Amino acid sequence: MKTNIILAGVGGQGILTIAAILDIAALASGLNIKQSEVHGMSQRGGAVQSHVRISDKEIFSDLIPQGKADIIISVEPMELLRYLPFLKKNGHLVTDSNPFLNILNYPKLEELYTEIKSFPNALLIDAKAIAKELGNSKATNIVLLGAIAHLLPLSDESLKEAINTLFSKKGAKIVSKNIEAFNKGKKIATEKAL
Amino acid sequence: MKTLLLGNEALAQGAIDAGISGVYAYPGTPSTEITEYIQKSKTAKELKIHSKWSVNEKTAMEAALGMSYAGKRVMTVMKHVGLNVAADVFMNMAVSGINGGLVVVVADDPSMHSSQNEQDSRNYGRFAMIPILEPSNQQEVYDITRYAFELSEQMGLPIMIRMVTRLSHSRAGIVTEKRKLQNVIHLPKNPHQFQLIPMHARNQYQHLVDIQSNSRESSANSVFNKYIDGPNTSMGIIAAGIAYNYIRENFEDDECPYPILKISQYPMPKKQVKKLFDTCKKILVLEDGAPFIEELVSDYLGETKKVIGRLTGHVNRVGELNPDNIAKALGFAEQINEDIPKVVKGRPPELCVGCAHRDLFEAINKLKSENNQQQVFGDIGCYALGVLPPYQSINTLIDMGASITMAKGASDAGIHPSIAIIGDSTFTHSGMTGLLDAVIENTPITVIISDNSAVAMTGAQDSSASGRLVSICKGIGVDQNHLKIITPLHKNLDKNIDIIRNEINYNGVSVVIAQRPCVQLPKEKKDKLKELQKTFLN
Repeated sequence: MKTNIILAGVGGQGILTIAAILDIAALASGLNIKQSEVHGMSQRGGAVQSHVRISDKEIFSDLIPQGKADIIISVEPMELLRYLPFLKKNGHLVTDSNPFLNILNYPKLEELYTEIKSFPNALLIDAKAIAKELGNSKATNIVLLGAIAHLLPLSDESLKEAINTLFSKKGAKIVSKNIEAFNKGKKIATEKAL
Repeated sequence: MKTLLLGNEALAQGAIDAGISGVYAYPGTPSTEITEYIQKSKTAKELKIHSKWSVNEKTAMEAALGMSYAGKRVMTVMKHVGLNVAADVFMNMAVSGINGGLVVVVADDPSMHSSQNEQDSRNYGRFAMIPILEPSNQQEVYDITRYAFELSEQMGLPIMIRMVTRLSHSRAGIVTEKRKLQNVIHLPKNPHQFQLIPMHARNQYQHLVDIQSNSRESSANSVFNKYIDGPNTSMGIIAAGIAYNYIRENFEDDECPYPILKISQYPMPKKQVKKLFDTCKKILVLEDGAPFIEELVSDYLGETKKVIGRLTGHVNRVGELNPDNIAKALGFAEQINEDIPKVVKGRPPELCVGCAHRDLFEAINKLKSENNQQQVFGDIGCYALGVLPPYQSINTLIDMGASITMAKGASDAGIHPSIAIIGDSTFTHSGMTGLLDAVIENTPITVIISDNSAVAMTGAQDSSASGRLVSICKGIGVDQNHLKIITPLHKNLDKNIDIIRNEINYNGVSVVIAQRPCVQLPKEKKDKLKELQKTFLN
């Protein structure tokens, strides 16, 4: 089985943290992984994306073909919509609801929200507020990861272990805050599904 | 267990495991992480593998050749346009040949994600008549790098490894092998090999021509070139490097019905190409970058219409390959279910909040409003973003160092004010010689060195210019009275405009160093730089 995930955001928002957790968890679960990222000029405050592909079989292309993404995770609502041509029919969308305002012609938020809500499998979350409530606004990305965890070919244990591996250098408190953020994201996704 | 590595990191690990004694490079997207990986590697440190950045690609490649002369294995790394800078030594070391294994890694940037052009380095490899290796995936990057050093020592030639952005910047699990020992110092057996005066150069060049047959034979027998049979001979596919991956992707778990010739080693393996041509009615050539193979195998007048690819419009002529444009070339239907909604706006890259270049551009734009004849010649670095709104301060951007020399030419033609804006690292890379040209004629230009003490665009690597700019400019002969230092901060705006205006009005060469560390640098490094700059000022 192959799972194709697109991570979207603005350069500097840290989408590669999510990528790194997926990488570590997939490798530890004995699965194949390919994960592309953006370096250089385009990463300075511009639109950036990472393609993550996880499979029990050999993975060929580093890029996900159009119409083949199972999930798009975005840390910014407009950036989510930029990658729609990659989305599989009935694919899943999840995004933080907070805009990153660094362009003058940023669209009206309501228009973005309406567009996002028109998709049956879309989840619009104020992940930043949740992370702040937990006392670590940097964990926004982990809330979003938690919200799609049930769609991944990876166990919650392997993801939590990966969070531990990634953040252990920063201390036990940071690890536990991120695990909390992960659990909270998971809970929100379950509640919305009901 | 496999190790998860970027394509660039797999290459670096492959080089360490091939027993290199040094890497010489200048940062440039998409090649930078190769050298950085070796700089951070504990093994490399223990083995004393040289990995400090060079001032530019030419100095890097020449130092690499020196290490090879001494008998050790060595790698030199650059982005595609960096090879233009190193082209002199590149062409000539193909003639001299090498002693210790020498591998030239060039990372091309099709689609120009972070570059001014999408030149294809395979043309350089062919120009110099050396073998080229073009891996198709990250594991092959590792394997091919180890092989490249063997091939180099076996053929006595430098070997090129051609990477492309997607391969460089994508991670995959890699299986590594046992590390080889480094070479011991041993000088070339033939004392004339590296003495390219005409009488020796002629012999060396004849030798290079003579061993081309060995090179072709090596390609024909290479494990990295593969002929994969298929039942449907209405078409055959030549797939170079990463294109092979995209072909496999399009058939997913099924076998491709068409015969495929996968190319990862050049010169082209003639026997296999002939077999594909004899077997198949049509030939589809898939390659990232230029139609390099396609031009070689097409008939000049195109009358047979047998070969299709980028030249015939079956694949996009410009821009990188991806699974989608290859699907189109194979005649598969588009898979898009949703378009990008109109509400989505473009989000181009921008200068960081608090970046010193911002304050500099503000001053430059105020001066432009005083004199609209003002022309600003830009250069390569983050400040290239000054071309875009909101600043739009820069009129030209061509290549490393061209700001100063173009400003000089424009000034010679009668343009005034003629201003050059160049970063500190770009200045030491290729700006110093141009400044000397201007000093010799005392050309009325103002050179602004925007000194953030880092190679910022590629990730804030150490700059060779740090703490040395004042002494370099004085040494080149810039008049001390027209060598100014400003701190680009909003509170200094009026003062800075006055200083730059005065220098513009001076009828000769002036240099203004706009000094403030890159905001991406960690605090300890910024503090260290401030100390360094103080010492040099005194």
